[in-house]
Amino acid sequence: MIGFIVKRFINYAILSAIATLSAYVLASLILNPAGRYLGRNPRPSDETINAILNGLGVNPNTPVVARLWTWLVNLVTHGSLGDTIHNTSVISEMAARAGTSLRLLILGTIIAAIFGVVLGVWGAVRQYKASDQVISYASFTILAMPSFVIGILLMIMATGLNNILGMQLISFTGEYTAGLDGGWWTLFLDRAAHLLLPTISLALMGAAGYSRYQRSAMLDVLSADYIRTARSKGRTRGSALVRHGVRVALIPMSTYFAYSFATVLAGAAVTELVFSWHGMGEMLVQAITESDINAFTGAILFNAILVLIAGTLSDVVYAALDPRVRV
Amino acid sequence: MTNSAPSLDSASPRLRTRPRHGDTPSNTSEHLLEVRDLRVTFPQPGGAVTAVRGVNYHVDKGEFLGIVGESGSGKSVSSLAVMGLLPSSAQISGDILFEGRSLLGRSDRELSKLRGEGISIIFQDPLSALTPVYTIGTQIAEALQLHDRNLSKLAANARAVELLKVVGIPNPERRAQAFPHEFSGGMRQRAMIAIAIANNPRLIIADEPTTALDVTIQAQILEVLQKAKDLTGAAVVLITHDLGVVAGNADRIAVMYAGRIVETGTVDEVFHAPSMPYTIGLLRSMPNLATAGHTRLVPLEGRPPMLSNLAPGCPFAPRCPIAIDACRTTEPPLTPISGKPLNASACLRVDEIASGKLNRTGIYPVPEPVALEERAEIVPESVLGVEGLVRHFPLTKGSVFKHTIGTVRAVDGISFDIRSGQTLGLVGESGCGKSTTIMEILELAKPQSGQIMVNGRDVAAMSTKERRALRRDIQVVFQDPMASLDPRLPVQDIVAEPLTVHGVPARERLQKVRDVLDLVGLDPSMASRYPHEFSGGQRQRIGIARALVTDPKIVVLDEPVSALDVSIQAGVINLLEDLQEKLGLSYLFVAHDLAVVRQIADNVAVMYLGRIVESGPAEDIFNDPQHPYTRALLSAVPVPDPSVERTRRRIILEGDLPSPTEDITGCNFRTRCPLYQLMDAAAQEQCRTADPERRIVKGSSVACHHAEHIGLMS
Repeated sequence: MIGFIVKRFINYAILSAIATLSAYVLASLILNPAGRYLGRNPRPSDETINAILNGLGVNPNTPVVARLWTWLVNLVTHGSLGDTIHNTSVISEMAARAGTSLRLLILGTIIAAIFGVVLGVWGAVRQYKASDQVISYASFTILAMPSFVIGILLMIMATGLNNILGMQLISFTGEYTAGLDGGWWTLFLDRAAHLLLPTISLALMGAAGYSRYQRSAMLDVLSADYIRTARSKGRTRGSALVRHGVRVALIPMSTYFAYSFATVLAGAAVTELVFSWHGMGEMLVQAITESDINAFTGAILFNAILVLIAGTLSDVVYAALDPRVRV
Repeated sequence: MTNSAPSLDSASPRLRTRPRHGDTPSNTSEHLLEVRDLRVTFPQPGGAVTAVRGVNYHVDKGEFLGIVGESGSGKSVSSLAVMGLLPSSAQISGDILFEGRSLLGRSDRELSKLRGEGISIIFQDPLSALTPVYTIGTQIAEALQLHDRNLSKLAANARAVELLKVVGIPNPERRAQAFPHEFSGGMRQRAMIAIAIANNPRLIIADEPTTALDVTIQAQILEVLQKAKDLTGAAVVLITHDLGVVAGNADRIAVMYAGRIVETGTVDEVFHAPSMPYTIGLLRSMPNLATAGHTRLVPLEGRPPMLSNLAPGCPFAPRCPIAIDACRTTEPPLTPISGKPLNASACLRVDEIASGKLNRTGIYPVPEPVALEERAEIVPESVLGVEGLVRHFPLTKGSVFKHTIGTVRAVDGISFDIRSGQTLGLVGESGCGKSTTIMEILELAKPQSGQIMVNGRDVAAMSTKERRALRRDIQVVFQDPMASLDPRLPVQDIVAEPLTVHGVPARERLQKVRDVLDLVGLDPSMASRYPHEFSGGQRQRIGIARALVTDPKIVVLDEPVSALDVSIQAGVINLLEDLQEKLGLSYLFVAHDLAVVRQIADNVAVMYLGRIVESGPAEDIFNDPQHPYTRALLSAVPVPDPSVERTRRRIILEGDLPSPTEDITGCNFRTRCPLYQLMDAAAQEQCRTADPERRIVKGSSVACHHAEHIGLMS
């Protein structure tokens, strides 16, 4: 079993490496880091621009393969991902931002998974009844909405709530209130208040997707013979569905979890921007707008590692849930 | 049947039950279970389907009731209604009394206290009836703890192990830790029985408990069921489509047709003096080990009615050869037969049948055999010869560096020979290599080892072109008539497809299709219809027509009737027999139903773990089997005759078919062989070390060292 997980992990690791290298090549071919300096007034001389670009290792005059090689050698020998356009190292930039993003992502994903499973099961058990219809239409609406719209709608609602209450109950700009003084508890509450809306925004999108999959997985299980067996032993319908049904219907969800994690990541990038969080998502978007090849590759590497962890985790969960795949 | 005031009917329109006061004398019942005028309707978009239309029966304490019926007769639905396990959309009326208390209209919570404790049920398919993610022990312990909150987990687990031991699971402590997928079908059904008897119920309902199992395993399970009944003193309701299964065990039986009970009585009454034409027809149409091979089967023409659109009158009237005009207007009630208090029949002409005025055997005309002038001339020559055929599958491990860790010996050196105009029956339990054998033959390629000769020519030496031409001569009919026909092609295209492959011109094709459809007893004008418009029996006829359209010499029949209802089987078997006579065909008939094989085969080969353990003329093998496996296999087949069943002794094989990956030294049957255990040490040594060669003993070719001592077994 452990051998199987290790093998899957190595597979994911190779895929992550390929994804990162392709991202580097793609970014090098498309982004034009020189453009940033050409528009300046006074325009720096070509020698200066070349020197800067060479220093960053992103000079378009050097062949892509040669640049990729240098980047790789630096990564392996110095553990460095290069410097950003702002002359900070990509690694330190990532270190500063990763915690912010992870807090949002982990909370958002867990809440999304729990709500998605509960709503999906509920919808399946009450198929075509009013509550199922409401859940279905609501999740379709959320799935159809771009993530920034959800973020802005949430902000409008929070502002309304704050106005009604006449106090700043929900804060939604940035990660924390700058310059706030107080003890550990005050700071914690402040961070939690800031975390609320972005987490809800992410969780809503995740839960909408999960609940659709969980609903169909549960519908397959509802008519299964073993549910009938459990009821014939003396379980009530509800208890049989929870103990025997949900447990089995969770198995395919662990696979979906790995695949959907990538979409949640993409959604998180936009959510961070909307709520002015300085996380990895913001770094990715900024890197593209500023034609920062090194920062872009760093952000992609971060995403790839997260997908790698999510994939391995889903394999472990699958094996934990389903005794039939344990070897 | 008393009828109390339907005062609550308007109050609860969904569940029109009799008022529920279990203490009023009009409603009490001295029976353990009494079902009164039960009706179950499923509302559907195209109109409601009434699956059960007024069923009355009762079961007394410790009694064994068999309910027999074909698929769609309402037998399972009525038992699920008793358990309260029907979908909530079902509309139920009538009354179900258990220990004098009405079960209808009770809440799920109330019923759940009774389920498993008072009434328990064993379902048909053991493969899907257990939750895949919990261990067997947990699932049994769960049943115990649900009804005894004070029982500790430890005590429940200990009791679960005990129960597994009772139902005959070897090594129960360890097996309780296993998951359902680690159990074979027979073992899962034993575990189901363990769950069912866990709380000492007063009534056990067994819904087709052996249908999905092999005949040797079926015998084991029926024995366990009987043991469970004796241990708990529970009454048993056994629901089945197989008359043979109930003949030996049941006290009384009820026969269901089109949602009603049409005949009920003691086993002897119903089997020996049936009084409803349907029962008579069902008994006569079943191939029976005792009579098969000598007489032609008597088919029950037509098909069961659609319950969504039932014509007035007796639902059996359209198939009944003695129906009179009155049968088509009024549906006869279940009326007791004079002089037999337990026997009742729903037929207008029951008095005539019971008194013998209408001769039971004369009701159904025996179909005429094929006339002599229509029979094909047969030159006796070998058309299909198989010599030392081997098919091993490597068992590999690892995805990057594949390496072989074992061999599945699916087919391990088998030889047989079929002569023109003859039928070879290939029998054995599932997993013995029957299907692999026919797939190897149909591939017409060089086998891993051994030789396949068609029409005296070795297929390995043929060119691609010759091989294609040869495919016209060897055709196949598959088991599942629904799955093997393309649902999107009209029947004429399905049947004509083999001709298209061989480049026959369109006009000729059409004519040929009409000819074969006529030959298999289908109206050629139906050729433009689609498969779903036909019944199961008709679809299998389409499958046979497709096989015959190329004028083959050999037809491979892979379980051709096992997916069909009992009353339909006989017609298809008769058709196959007639076609063989008319066209001079040779059949390779693969089946697990020994009675069907007895009916149709001239020669029989019995397979066990990829080997043929015994072969010879059907007559000899069925009357005097020389191999202990053949003997056990035959003794496991239930015979639909209660007096035969009661007197004969069953040889129950221990355990399951070993995995074909296992390396068993010497004789590969010795692990389950009942004869092996009777032999002395020297003889056992021979079984352990030497692989028995096939040799001729009393007319059949047997692979057993001690065939001469087979008499020890009886």
